[in-house]
Amino acid sequence: MLHITKEFPGIKANDDITLQLKKGEIHALLGENGAGKSTLMSVLFGLYQAEQGEIRKNGKTVHIKDPNEANRLGIGMVHQHFKLVECFTVLDNIILGVEDTKRGFLQYDSARKKVMELSQKYGLRVDPDALISDISVGMQQRVEILKMLYRDNEILIFDEPTAVLTPQEIKELMAIMRGFKEEGKSILFITHKLQEIMAVADRCSVLRKGKYIGTVDIANTTREELSRMMVGREVAFDIQKKSPQVGDVVLSVKDLVVASKAHNNNAVKGVSFEVHAGEIVCISGIEGNGQTELVYGLTGLEPVKSGSITLCGKDITHASIRERSKDGMSHIPEDRHKYGLVLDYTLEQNMVLQRYWEPEFQNHGVIRSQAVRKYAQKLIDKFDVRSGQGPVTIARSMSGGNQQKAIIAREIDKNPQLLVAVQPTRGLDVGAIEYIHQQLIAERDAGRAVLLISLELDEVRSLSDRILVIYEGEIVGDFEKAEMEELGLYMAGAKRQGKEAAK
Amino acid sequence: MTVLANIISLTVIFAVPLLLVALGGMYSEHSGVINLALEGIMVIGALCGCFLLRAFDQNGFGKAHPQVAMLLAILIAAAAGVAFSLLLAFAAINLKADQTIGGTALNIFAPAFAVVVTWAIQGQGQTTIQIPTWIKITQETFGFERTDGFFATLFFKYQYLTTPVAIILFIVAWLLMYKTKFGLRLRACGEHPQAADSVGINVYRMRYAGVMISGFLAGIGGLAYVIAVGSGFSSSVGGYGFLALAVMIFGNWKPFTILGSALIFALFKVIAAYNSSIPFLPKFEGLKDQSSLYQMLPYIVTMVVLVFTSKKSKAPKAEGIPYDKGSR
Repeated sequence: MLHITKEFPGIKANDDITLQLKKGEIHALLGENGAGKSTLMSVLFGLYQAEQGEIRKNGKTVHIKDPNEANRLGIGMVHQHFKLVECFTVLDNIILGVEDTKRGFLQYDSARKKVMELSQKYGLRVDPDALISDISVGMQQRVEILKMLYRDNEILIFDEPTAVLTPQEIKELMAIMRGFKEEGKSILFITHKLQEIMAVADRCSVLRKGKYIGTVDIANTTREELSRMMVGREVAFDIQKKSPQVGDVVLSVKDLVVASKAHNNNAVKGVSFEVHAGEIVCISGIEGNGQTELVYGLTGLEPVKSGSITLCGKDITHASIRERSKDGMSHIPEDRHKYGLVLDYTLEQNMVLQRYWEPEFQNHGVIRSQAVRKYAQKLIDKFDVRSGQGPVTIARSMSGGNQQKAIIAREIDKNPQLLVAVQPTRGLDVGAIEYIHQQLIAERDAGRAVLLISLELDEVRSLSDRILVIYEGEIVGDFEKAEMEELGLYMAGAKRQGKEAAK
Repeated sequence: MTVLANIISLTVIFAVPLLLVALGGMYSEHSGVINLALEGIMVIGALCGCFLLRAFDQNGFGKAHPQVAMLLAILIAAAAGVAFSLLLAFAAINLKADQTIGGTALNIFAPAFAVVVTWAIQGQGQTTIQIPTWIKITQETFGFERTDGFFATLFFKYQYLTTPVAIILFIVAWLLMYKTKFGLRLRACGEHPQAADSVGINVYRMRYAGVMISGFLAGIGGLAYVIAVGSGFSSSVGGYGFLALAVMIFGNWKPFTILGSALIFALFKVIAAYNSSIPFLPKFEGLKDQSSLYQMLPYIVTMVVLVFTSKKSKAPKAEGIPYDKGSR
């Protein structure tokens, strides 16, 4: 890909970018959210047309007008958001677009055989007759990979494939990618996770704000250098923080029980803990051990079955979400698309979602749009939320990192007593992660209570003043500082402290 | 026994338009376009079909070759339906208009247009186009003697060419939807158009195909309705297009369940229309006009059924949302 330029209204997504991929290599494409990685790949895959530049394959200039054309050239792509039809079977999804037919009727036998062969060869376990809606995210990704292999693609594009996977699944994916490399297939691997690049890639090209920064051999580079290229400045991996000034109890949870939606058992089984002003308490555990339900119970998204929640001395066990918010609880939700933002609203509307009823923003039921605009602009400036059109940008069109910044801006600016942050850095690049971590620590230093729920052990270790380990809906450990190994044992349920210590 | 044969045969003839139109709606919705204009398409299809039959009646061709004339009328109704549905397709797919509003506009337009055309051709005040009687399929169509037995009633008393045509189109619909690559691709466009696009399927073209097939079927359905009712065409299909939408929803967007629900709805329609001549129905002696009670039945059943089924119904996920290549 030579000198590719692609413009969108108001933004130059790709500016003169050159990218060369060798046969049989894993080439990482690194950049912050919104740096133009996905756009570049969409140009290569034929979803967008570049205004300038040309694409060559094996020295010959090619014009990729649509995905069909890309497919003919042997270019396949696993999209960040899977392109799978949920009510179809795995097999239907794989053959969609390249169906075999006999006298007009679909033929599944040879397709099934080929899929099973590929599945065996590369260790991609799938059930061809399962519905997409019934299988795990990891398996959905394997279906996407099989889709490319089924089409005999030689160039495989992975658009942030690890964002949705568990650590175990990431390991498997890396092994699969190495397998492809040995087969002589070329892989373009889009990511912003440095350790993955260091682990699997041969070379790495870096983009920043739509511009090409450079290409480096992984063997001759370091994590620090890559992140400097990506962000344009030094990035602190270790967070500097003062020792905590612990104050009064802000949140007190007693014997909390929350029912599970997935099964009949309770997801949270009698959890008790306290969070004080001026400390970051982290709830750590393997996904699906009741963290989500615990947060739902705390924030009022789900009713609690029994137990009590006290915020600053006030019982809020059965309070509505708005009351909790008024009493000083802020919530950075796990799923920013589902609970954090109204995606089709503008940024300014999203920023006043919890406060539009305050006299500052409304007058006898009519929204004071001037005040809203001004307030949104203030938050945008203060928290450096980048978007195409400022306060009137539709939230959906913003990059993930900036969506998250917008939520954090809204939640922190409320001056909460308690900030509940659930996986606040999920899917974000190092620059944004660094920023969010700083914000959380700043909140702590300002005397707020922060409850952090995270799956990332690095994050847990570097941020928290106290760690609670949750396993199967119970808190099995409470640490001031802990060793990684030991935390892992608690998270896996192999070890637990006495009931007394958990309180 | 003949009562039973009557009921079955009438149910079939009333189910035919419901089945055709609901299948039409199914194609359109599986492609991702909500076709609220079914009612209007039926009116246009019926209008054109009825005028062709009237013309054949007047020039004598119809009496000489009744079933050929009927087949031509069906084809013209279908063609008119396709042409009219293109308006919806253009608004919904190219202009990305709101499909509900587009469909409603066409529904308002169609009967008005039909009235104007009917008057223009038949003269002021002549609001009804009469249906010739020779189009019916009887024993004589096959050169047999006319008899009155159970099977004669079942097959030769009320049936028209629309019935075998509907049966064929039903089988075609099932095969097309679930056994061919066209069906697989069409359904993908209604469920997840971005996914379809990413594997090189032209979503716009598939949606055009879906809407046009629905126009084809609804056009025939309009003619089938007029024939089934039997009192001529007066610029209306009596809400059958909306009833067909309910049949489609009740049928969960699948051909076989649509067939089943079309038959159930048709049965209630028959009870409504012929309640006085069906001996075993309660008569509600005290009421002044008990037949109105029965005439309400199909519509009440529609409401009740939708209340109970709408929760677990599986509509195509992307229906009603204009597809925009650029959006993420």
